[in-house]
Amino acid sequence: MTEKIQKALDKLSSRKAIKYAVYASAIIIFFALILLPPVVGIFLKWDSIQYILNQPSLVNRALGAIQNSFIIALLVAVLDVIAGIPMAWLIARGKSRWLKAIDTLADIPFIIPTTALGYSLFLFWSGGESQTSGLSAIFGGSIITPGWLLVMLLHFTFSFPVVVRTLVGALLDYKVEFERASRTLGAPPFTAMRTVTFSVLRPAIISAFILAFARSVSETGATIVVSGAFENGPVFIQNMKTIYSVDNPALYDGAIVFASFILISVSVGIFVAIRLLGPRLKLPLKRVRPLTERKLSYKPAEKSRNTVTLIVFFSLILIPSLFVAFTAFQSLTTPTLGNALAGSGVWSGFWQSLLVSYGLGAIVTIINIIIGLPTAIIIARKKAGKFMSSIFDILVNIPLVVPSIALGVSLAIFWKSSLALPEIVLLIFAHLAITYPYFVRSMSAALERISPDMEEAARTLGAKPFGVFRTIIFPLTKYSMLSGAIMVFTRSVSETGATVAVIASNSPLQTAPVLLVNWIKKVAPATPSDIALASGFLVLFSFIILLTLRLVVGRKEKNK
Amino acid sequence: MPEVRVVNVSKKFGKITAVDNVSLTVKDKEYFSLLGPSGCGKTTLLRLIAGLIQPDSGEIYIGDKLVTDVPPEDRDIGFVFQTFALFPHMTAWSNVTYGPKVKGFDVKEAQTIGDEVLEMVKLHERLDAYPSELSGGMMQRVAVARALASGSRLLLMDEPLGQLDAKVRNEIRYEIRRMAVDLGLTGIHVTHDQSEAMAISDRIAVMRRGKILQMGTPQELYMKPESIFVAHFIGESNFLEGYVTNSKIDGAPVVELRGGTRIQVPSAPFEERKRVVLSIRPETVIFEEGLQEGANVVSGKVERVTFEGPLIRYEIRLGNEDLVVAIKSSLSGEWLKIGEGARLFFPPENIHVFPYPDTGLKEEISVA
Repeated sequence: MTEKIQKALDKLSSRKAIKYAVYASAIIIFFALILLPPVVGIFLKWDSIQYILNQPSLVNRALGAIQNSFIIALLVAVLDVIAGIPMAWLIARGKSRWLKAIDTLADIPFIIPTTALGYSLFLFWSGGESQTSGLSAIFGGSIITPGWLLVMLLHFTFSFPVVVRTLVGALLDYKVEFERASRTLGAPPFTAMRTVTFSVLRPAIISAFILAFARSVSETGATIVVSGAFENGPVFIQNMKTIYSVDNPALYDGAIVFASFILISVSVGIFVAIRLLGPRLKLPLKRVRPLTERKLSYKPAEKSRNTVTLIVFFSLILIPSLFVAFTAFQSLTTPTLGNALAGSGVWSGFWQSLLVSYGLGAIVTIINIIIGLPTAIIIARKKAGKFMSSIFDILVNIPLVVPSIALGVSLAIFWKSSLALPEIVLLIFAHLAITYPYFVRSMSAALERISPDMEEAARTLGAKPFGVFRTIIFPLTKYSMLSGAIMVFTRSVSETGATVAVIASNSPLQTAPVLLVNWIKKVAPATPSDIALASGFLVLFSFIILLTLRLVVGRKEKNK
Repeated sequence: MPEVRVVNVSKKFGKITAVDNVSLTVKDKEYFSLLGPSGCGKTTLLRLIAGLIQPDSGEIYIGDKLVTDVPPEDRDIGFVFQTFALFPHMTAWSNVTYGPKVKGFDVKEAQTIGDEVLEMVKLHERLDAYPSELSGGMMQRVAVARALASGSRLLLMDEPLGQLDAKVRNEIRYEIRRMAVDLGLTGIHVTHDQSEAMAISDRIAVMRRGKILQMGTPQELYMKPESIFVAHFIGESNFLEGYVTNSKIDGAPVVELRGGTRIQVPSAPFEERKRVVLSIRPETVIFEEGLQEGANVVSGKVERVTFEGPLIRYEIRLGNEDLVVAIKSSLSGEWLKIGEGARLFFPPENIHVFPYPDTGLKEEISVA
């Protein structure tokens, strides 16, 4: 039966019309579903801006918050790259057998839904509401109270794995021969790394920087948890919703359109600027200080560099991220567990929200694979012509840099004022738009690594286009596809900003992170022990799902 | 000055011994080649000399200095990579002046050095081009210039011609050789191409499976191969199996081939009944009309004739099923046709006798 379907698909795929139809629909879907709604939406309610412009104090508040967003994102991205480079170097080049474990550990903050991560940091650094847990237990008070510093720390924590992953990938792909050549020409290791390796890897560093920057500008749920009185763009929008959405909808619309517009245009502006100017930014080897660079090159310096890197990783990233698990364990001995399992009290909505979150994640991942694959092929194989394909390549990244809450706001306006789509569809569209770049990027990068010769070889041997995909491309890109899918899934499960923007506050479609934010923000009467346990569950289920995925794919690989 | 000495060096990668207790000395100003089939350990040996990898045991000296634990940047070497490894983000000129710059020379000095080495490799154009914009031959020159700009008198080259077209390769190989001689450099050149090594080297080390089988001038290796493998790998050889008999012709020992043909050989330092392999170069086989039956004359049938321009190559199947290759000038007389009978004469002085290898002849000449 499956063979018949394969044959039919093979046959269909060799028809030119079908091929063009597939690519054309990928492009249409991209514009109609992913790119335009999040950008066009705000213009549909452009008039409402006047309501906020009448209130200069609110305008200033919005501008201040947005300014905070970009300052923090910039600092975080810089810190990420500075801390990420030695970490990536250690993972890609180190020889210790512990590195594999560290490599895996480095991904953890990425897997944990950010709201749970934010609560974990809140417990660790600020001691929770009672200021008695985490470091507070030792120091007798909050080390870092909620506010801009904690926000920065949080953003650093969740964007760090993204930066490390990007840089490790680039380092592993990099031809070590260049570095060796530099050594034979008299450059000590540090100089070789500075003048050759990192110049060659500049595109990867730039894209790591953009990713960290975008994640920081975008993140909403966890930021709300740890921001205290501090406001950045997403927190401002969320606060507007809490304050005005019911009492003064016109002002609410004005405020969010205003804030979203600035957030989106500045983000896109910065992204385009980095994309255009980044490659021209030259760090030429003007001066080499042979003696200093020599000192930085050998064993003692390397050892202390690695030690500092690992200390930073464990104390700033890993332990704070996982701290909530510790508190969650403590609550296992209290009646909380019973309440949770029985679904009584605040827990009544919890299990449903988990189902919504993971179900949504699964749906979004599957749709993404279907609509993202042709796009990835268009970009990697320049199917739309050289120029258009590279424009396309840049456009695909836009949803990545648009702050997700602003994206959600705009998207909701767009669809609500055009088609009256049910909330669940809006939610899927919003998550699709946000996660779309992740799959397309990792897939197109993987495709670019496969020589077109191989496809052509398969064609000359008689394979039809779909057969080529099935027998050559798919087996070779399976892992990138999986890792792209995992990224989409985790990102969707984590997503708070766009979700909040799209669904009504009393909607039955609350996702788990949104529910958690409500608990923490006292919208629902949850105890700290409830919150910790719920965060613990989120972490646990995310781990289980990812492990299962890896095992399933791993086993299939072994059976071959 | 830069004499290179490798003493009892070994290097393993996992279970594979890439370099197995190798010792060799490359003299100052000598142009030396490491020759062998792929996977024989020649590149590993070169990388050990450069310090790009560390030996498991043994010592390496450059000049009088023990450099086993010295990192590559302090060994004072020039290295030309097989892929050239030109830095893709730098122009040809920046690539060439990279060495002086990272060694802390000021811009002026770096420029002077750059100009000098570019003069040496005769490259004056397209210095602003990036590597991706250069042809293979140009990239090769930039790579050599860059290596020379390090100021080293020791040039290590890993298959430096491997990426070039056949025509360019033949031109450049003599150029590299000329430059090395003119500048008084010590050169170590890794290649799997025996004709390349023969053409340009003062001496060659033939490597196989991590060991050096024989070291010597191209003539020595060709004329006096010490093993079946060297006889096979350098040039071409016919191998005929037989055993040492107790009879003598004119005082010379006699080997009996399969099928009973008796061949007189120059010397056979082996006991009687010992299984041996005779190695005979195709161009030494005498093969004329009117050859009379007698000592060292065998007969067979022409099985294949190949026209190779100046030469004709005949493959002749002997009565005992052995196949013998013989080469004649294409100007000489009438050509034989496939199926015609032929008589061959093996002059005794051009025959080498080796003991039959324990692992079999096929395995012994395998290049894997």
